[in-house]
Amino acid sequence: MTTADATPAESQGTDYRRIVRDGIWDNNGVFCMLLGMCPTMAITTSATNGLGMGLATAAVMAASSLLVALFRKYITQEVRIPVYILIVAAMVTVVDLTMNAWMHEMYKVLGLFIPLIVSNCLPLARLEAFAAREPVLPSFIDGLFMGLGFTLSLTIIGGVRELIGAGTLFASASLLLGPAFEFLEMRVMPAEAGVLMFILPPGGFLATGLLLVGKRMLDVRAGKPIAMGGAHSVG
Amino acid sequence: MTSARLLTHSFVLGAFCLGFGALLAFTHAMTAGDIMLRSTEDRQNSLGQVIPAALHDNSPVADVVTVTGADGRPVSVFRATRAGQVTAVAFEITGSGYAGPIRLMLGVDAGGKILGVRALQHKETPGLGDKIEPAKSDWITRFTGLSLGAPPVEAWKVKKDGGQFDQFSGATITPRGVVGAIRGGLAFFAAHRDRLVGDSK
Repeated sequence: MTTADATPAESQGTDYRRIVRDGIWDNNGVFCMLLGMCPTMAITTSATNGLGMGLATAAVMAASSLLVALFRKYITQEVRIPVYILIVAAMVTVVDLTMNAWMHEMYKVLGLFIPLIVSNCLPLARLEAFAAREPVLPSFIDGLFMGLGFTLSLTIIGGVRELIGAGTLFASASLLLGPAFEFLEMRVMPAEAGVLMFILPPGGFLATGLLLVGKRMLDVRAGKPIAMGGAHSVG
Repeated sequence: MTSARLLTHSFVLGAFCLGFGALLAFTHAMTAGDIMLRSTEDRQNSLGQVIPAALHDNSPVADVVTVTGADGRPVSVFRATRAGQVTAVAFEITGSGYAGPIRLMLGVDAGGKILGVRALQHKETPGLGDKIEPAKSDWITRFTGLSLGAPPVEAWKVKKDGGQFDQFSGATITPRGVVGAIRGGLAFFAAHRDRLVGDSK
């Protein structure tokens, strides 16, 4: 049982737990690196939208990190940026077409936002900072968990905005995830009590800023040094 | 030597473009049929919401007439027929909302009475303008049964403009756009009624 943990990559010193922690919390794409602000502000009008956009981004990030790591020996320094953009754009198009064909209900909710993933600089930052120099598996894990950290941030921001703005939480989650998830849909307070501004663009900045402060306060209380949010990983 | 390096870079970039181009072509080939099917289903759904099933024995999505609208653009009109007689038509109308165009599907029976209106796509403010969606409010259903004469044309406006239709609290531009689009759609039907209803034989 104990040997099962010691995969070859790990014995070479790859700290997967570190990669996961970095992606989800310590070096979170939104709350530490402040990357991907465009989709973050535009999409997070509800928790469901944030969740869906985050998951689509995570899929694109995992796939493109894997591909870049796989081809990293062949991607020369001078043409790496166009190649990265090519790979991210191709993955986005694949996700877009597949969702349209086979997950159509979800596509109707998210379809408009999927092409926005190309304009998100978080995937590009991770390709450049991580996948370009690390082996395939760690890169895949990094892309996936950076994406899941992005998902977490978007869901929380969306949840706060939706709760304050419309009084609901995870409204129409069953459209996104299937009827089995209808239990997520909650009405916490009547819509009239909502502060509409939180669903409108100013609310995006307010909610993100307040949550950013909250996260830093948690980190300070935990005695962590405040990371200034460089795009480069420590892993 | 610089030209040799230039060649390498061009080769690398070209190879990646070719490879991922092939991947996209493959994905497209795999999904194109299903995507076409889904978009037909979507249209069928939106038609089903504005034309009651009892009115037709054909498939309106397949019976399309193209007519030039008032703005010079072609409008695809879907016709519902029963025993060869046109009973209803449905077509897309566009109103200008607060945040860009509002696309709606309008269903009209052969006499020019509204059977139903549904929003297909809009970018109106969540919580304010999106009350035009039947899922959010029943506002859009109040048009069912009305026509260009009832109420009279002058009353086909929101209350703020002297008409008879309620705007929602906090939003006037969205309902104004929707009411205007429906009025325009009814006028379009009236102008082309003979062609749309008549030549089914």
